[in-house]
Amino acid sequence: MIHARGLSRRFGRKRALDRVDLDLPEGGFLLVTGPNGSGKTTLLRLCAGLLVPTGGVLEVGAERGEIGFLGHDPLVYRGLTARENLELYGRLYRVPERRERSGMLLERFGLWEARNERVGSYSRGMLQRLSLCRALLHDPRLLLLDEPFNALDAAGAELLERELAERRATAIVATHDPDRVAHLATARLVLA
Amino acid sequence: MNYAGDVAALLRKDLLLELRARETLPAMALFVIAALTVFHFALPAGSSDLAAQGLLWIAILFTALLGLSRAFVSEREQGVLDGLVLAPCDRSAIWLAKTLSVLSFLVIVEAIALPAFGLFFSAVSLRTVAAVALADVGLCTVGTLLAAMAVTSRTRELLLPLLFLPLALPIVVGGVGASVAEDGGRYLGFLAVYDLVFAIISWASFEYVVAE
Amino acid sequence: MVLALALMGAAVAMVAFYVPEDADQGLSQKIFYFHVPIALTAYACFGWGALKALLYLWRRDPRYDLESYVAIHLGVIFGAMTLVTGMIWAKISWGVWWAWSSNQLVLFLVLFLFYSAYFMLRFSVEDGPMRANLSAVYALFGVVLIPIGFLAIRLANDFIHPTVFTSQGPQMAGSMFATFVVCWAAMLALAAAFYGIELAGKRLDARLRELRELLAP
Repeated sequence: MIHARGLSRRFGRKRALDRVDLDLPEGGFLLVTGPNGSGKTTLLRLCAGLLVPTGGVLEVGAERGEIGFLGHDPLVYRGLTARENLELYGRLYRVPERRERSGMLLERFGLWEARNERVGSYSRGMLQRLSLCRALLHDPRLLLLDEPFNALDAAGAELLERELAERRATAIVATHDPDRVAHLATARLVLA
Repeated sequence: MNYAGDVAALLRKDLLLELRARETLPAMALFVIAALTVFHFALPAGSSDLAAQGLLWIAILFTALLGLSRAFVSEREQGVLDGLVLAPCDRSAIWLAKTLSVLSFLVIVEAIALPAFGLFFSAVSLRTVAAVALADVGLCTVGTLLAAMAVTSRTRELLLPLLFLPLALPIVVGGVGASVAEDGGRYLGFLAVYDLVFAIISWASFEYVVAE
Repeated sequence: MVLALALMGAAVAMVAFYVPEDADQGLSQKIFYFHVPIALTAYACFGWGALKALLYLWRRDPRYDLESYVAIHLGVIFGAMTLVTGMIWAKISWGVWWAWSSNQLVLFLVLFLFYSAYFMLRFSVEDGPMRANLSAVYALFGVVLIPIGFLAIRLANDFIHPTVFTSQGPQMAGSMFATFVVCWAAMLALAAAFYGIELAGKRLDARLRELRELLAP
C-alpha cells in the first residue's frame, strides 16, 4: 500500500528525512522507532499528504478520505464539544450515520460522560483519546499514528492496544515505546 | 450537494466558536467606533463633508483587516488546519466558509458603524451602502486567502497588512468614488468587476495556500 | 549580454544625437525614451514571473519557482527605476517631484508596494514547497492587479484631481518612433541578460549547496 524510494524531505537547510526506502503491503503494521528529531513525524506527515517529498518517490495507495491521522496536535477545536467536533469531522469525511458512529467511539474510549463539555476543559489524556476517535471515525484503510501512547494513562493505552490488535487497517505507528505493540508489528523501521 | 454541505458545516463551526468566545466581534465593533472618534479629532475645522466620507472607508478597511487577522487564529493556534486539510472535502470549501464568516462579522459591525457615522458626521447615502456591500465581498474574498498565507509565515501579524493593502486599494477607490462622485454607478460596476475577478482567483488558488 | 550592451549603446546614441529635440520640453524630454521602455520592461518581467508561477503550480518543478522569483526581482528593480526616471521627468517637465495625476507613476507605486510585499512573504516563510506555492499564487494576484489597479487609478483621478497634466509622451514622428523602439528593444535585452545572469548565479549557488551537503557526513 505504501511504497517509498529514496524519500527525502528537507526544511530549509535541515534534512529531516534522508533517502528512506519503504514497502508496506496492505494490512501490514509498520513500527517506526528512532530518537527525537530522526524524522518519524516527518515520515508520517508525508504519508498523510500534509507534506510533499523534496526528494525521492512516495506512493500511498489510499485516498484522503481513507487515511486516519494522529499527530502531535489533537486537531480538535477547543471551543466545541467532543460531540460537535466529531459531528464536524463526520460531515467532512462523509461518514454514514455519523451521530451513531461518534457516539459509539466516544463510549468506547471512555468519553461519553464528557461528550457535551467543551474540549478546552479536557485533560491531555482526554484530548488524546478524542483525537483517536477523530482518527478512527471514518473507518480508515490506513492509520498513521505519531506517538499515540504519549498522553494516555494505563486504561487509555490498553484501549488503544486493543483497537490496534483488532484492526483491519494498514498501520504505521511511530513511538518511543515499541514494546507495547511490538508483537503486532509485521515490519520495523529504525530512523537515525 | 456535498460542497454546499461542507461549506455550511464549516461556517456553522466558525459562527458557533465566535458565539461562545465573543472575542472578535466585540473587538471589531469597538475598534470601528474608536476609529470614527479619532477621525473626528483628525479632521480640522472646515474640512469638507467629502473628506469624512473618505475616512469612513479607511475605518472599514482597517476593521476588515482586524477581522481578517483573527480569521485563522483558532486553526493556527490549535494546529487544526491540518485536520481540515486532511479531510477529503474540497479545500476551496474551507476558503468559502471562512470568507462567509468574516463577511458576516464585517456586516454586523457595519450595521453599527454606518449609523454611527451618520450620527458623528453626515448621513450615509444608499449608494454608499451598496458600495460598502460590494466592497465587503472583495475585502473578504481576497483577505481570507491572504490571511491563510500570512498564517504560514513567521511574521504573521506584520505580513497581513503588507499583503492586503495594495490589493485593497482598488476597493477603496471604488468605494470612495461611489460615495462621492457624480456618476457613482460606474464605481459600483468597477467594484463588481473586482469582486468577480478576485473571488474567482482566490477560490481557485486557495488549494495551494493551505496544502503543499 | 553582448547583444544587450550593443543595443544599449545604439539606444543611447540615437537618443543623444539622432532624435530631434522636442519643441516644448527640450533636451530633458529625452528621458521619456528611457522611462517608458523601462516601465514596459517591468511589466514584461512581472508577466513573465506570473507565467512561470502558473507553470510551477501546474508542474511543481522547483525550477519554475526560481525563474518566477528572479523575474519578479528584476521587475521590481526596473519598477524602481521607472519611479526614479518618472520622478525626474516630472520634476523637469512640471516642476514637481511627484504628480498623483500621472497614472503610470501611481500604478508603479502600488505595484512596487505589492511586489515588495512579495519579498517580505518570501523571506518570512521557510524554503520549501509551501513557500513556492505562496509565491506563485501571489505572483498571479499581482499580474491581475496590474489591469485592475490601472483601471482603479484612472477612475480615482476623476474625483481626486481633474486631469491637469497629461502623462502621455509626445506624438511620435518617424525618427522618434524608431528611437523608441530601439530603446525598448535595448531594455528588454538588458532585462533578459540580467535574468539569465541572475538565474545562472542562483542555480550555481543551489548546486554548490547540494554538493556540499553530499560531501558533509
